[in-house]
This record gives sequence, structure tokens and C-alpha cells, in this order.
Amino acid sequence: MTIKPNPPVPHAAPAKEPAEQDEQQFVAALQRGDQDAFATLVRERGRTLLSTLRRMLGNEHDARDCLQETFLSAFRALDGFESKCRLGTWLHRIAVNTALMKLRSRRSGPEVSIDELVPRFSADGHHENAPIAWEDDSIEMLERRENRELLRQAIDTLPAAYREVVVLRDIEGLSTEETGDLLGITPNAAKIRLHRARQALRTMLDRHIRESVS
Amino acid sequence: MTCREFAEFLDSYLAGTLLSEERQAFDRHLAVCSHCVAYLASYRCTVDACRDLGTEDEQLPPEVPDELVRAILGSRTDHE
Repeated sequence: MTIKPNPPVPHAAPAKEPAEQDEQQFVAALQRGDQDAFATLVRERGRTLLSTLRRMLGNEHDARDCLQETFLSAFRALDGFESKCRLGTWLHRIAVNTALMKLRSRRSGPEVSIDELVPRFSADGHHENAPIAWEDDSIEMLERRENRELLRQAIDTLPAAYREVVVLRDIEGLSTEETGDLLGITPNAAKIRLHRARQALRTMLDRHIRESVS
Repeated sequence: MTCREFAEFLDSYLAGTLLSEERQAFDRHLAVCSHCVAYLASYRCTVDACRDLGTEDEQLPPEVPDELVRAILGSRTDHE
């Protein structure tokens, strides 16, 4: 597996934003109820949003449902849009919040206890269960596309608060500050949650690897 | 440094946000603790695997499917 020394590039920013004046005219057309403007909005902005939702939710069906929800929420709120932020940023935030609600509502099985998945230590600070080195075969196995579903399922079994932070930070590539802001927690709390979630996921993958080699 | 302390601040170590002396303490611990070497490597693999999920839709069509565009625009009309 390739080790990435740098944090991921956030996916959130659209590749190209229209000029501010063009955008104001476009928003005015939407607020007038211009049908063509709505079609343009859905076709052009929908591409980036659908991509975000696919990453966050991991399946096409949920991503499409959430895209529809996102635009419905946006259409309802358009009259109050005041250009304090760019249209793309505003839509992205609605999409992320819609995806977060979907993530909170879905589980593929019983939720795991995070405390049972973070490492345990003896009184003198040593690992209670000695970690084993993952062989190259195991790492390659995790990299294979069909096994990504295994990781998706592991993420889905995390308690919602941990699931959300992994999706926002590691999959969607948002910063700790953006993640904390979206979840209504401090950046430090987001950082601690992410670390515990990663530890829990490592334990779940480790169990799978140990089973597959035994 | 103990394995517990190592595990607790592992993400800061990987993010490169530790102070120089803290990082040196981590490196000294890694030099003598094979368990933490294994733990660090598997933790890093887990993070990389999660980040890879963020790139998995690259082969999907970038356009919003026509039927979905129609459904979205139709639902707007329905709610007017």
C-alpha cells in the first residue's frame, strides 16, 4: 500500500467557480423561478455534489436520493440566499448535511462499542494484545476494490458520531476545523473522535486479516 | 514513553504536529518496540484505505443521469 505523506486534497471545492457578477445574475434568475436556470443548476452543480455524495455514502442509490433531497432543500431556501457565500459552497454544505442525516439513520448491523475496539494496555503501559505486523499480502488484499466494501461495512458499524468524522475527514477530505463546524463540536473533539474511529477500524481490519491468515 | 502514550498521540505523530522533542521520544520508542512499529504501520494502512474510498467513484460517469435531473426538476414543480 502506498504511504501518503501529505493530507488528502479536499474534494469540496468545485474545479471552477463562475465570476461573482455572473453568479449574482444566475441566482437572480433562480429566484425569479427561471426554469432554464434550474436545469442548468442541477446539471452543472449536480455533478460535483453527486460526486461528494457518492464518496460520503458509498453507494449510488443513497447518493442519488440525497442529491434529490439536497436540491429540494436548496430550492426551498433559495429566496433567502444572500450571496454571503458562493453558491457552490452553499450547495455543498446542504449536500454534506443531507448526507450526514443519511449516515446517522443507516447501519448495516448492530453498532459496535468503540471502547471494545480501541487498544488496551496493561498497568505498565504495554499492549495487552500484542499487535502483529500486516503482511504485504494482507495489505494488497485491503487495496483490492472488492474488499473496499469490507471497510465500508466496518465504517457503517461504528457509532454514528465516529462514522461521521471518518467520512468527513478521511473520505471527504475536509479539515478538522470544517469537520468540527459541521458536527457542532470543537476541532479538538473532532481530532480525538477521528483517532478513536481509526483505531477501531484498524482493530476490525486486523481481526479480518488474522482470520484470513489462520 | 510507553505503548499507551505512543498510541494516544499516534495521529499527531503521523500528522507531523508534535514538537521536536516529542517526536524524538516517539522515534526512540519505535526503535525498541516492535509492537508499536506494527501498530503504527497497520494504523497508517487503515487511514490510507479510508482515504482511498474517497477516490473510488472516479470510474463512474461524471454527469448527473438524465432521469435524475428530470426527477429533481419534477419534484421542484410538485412543491411549488
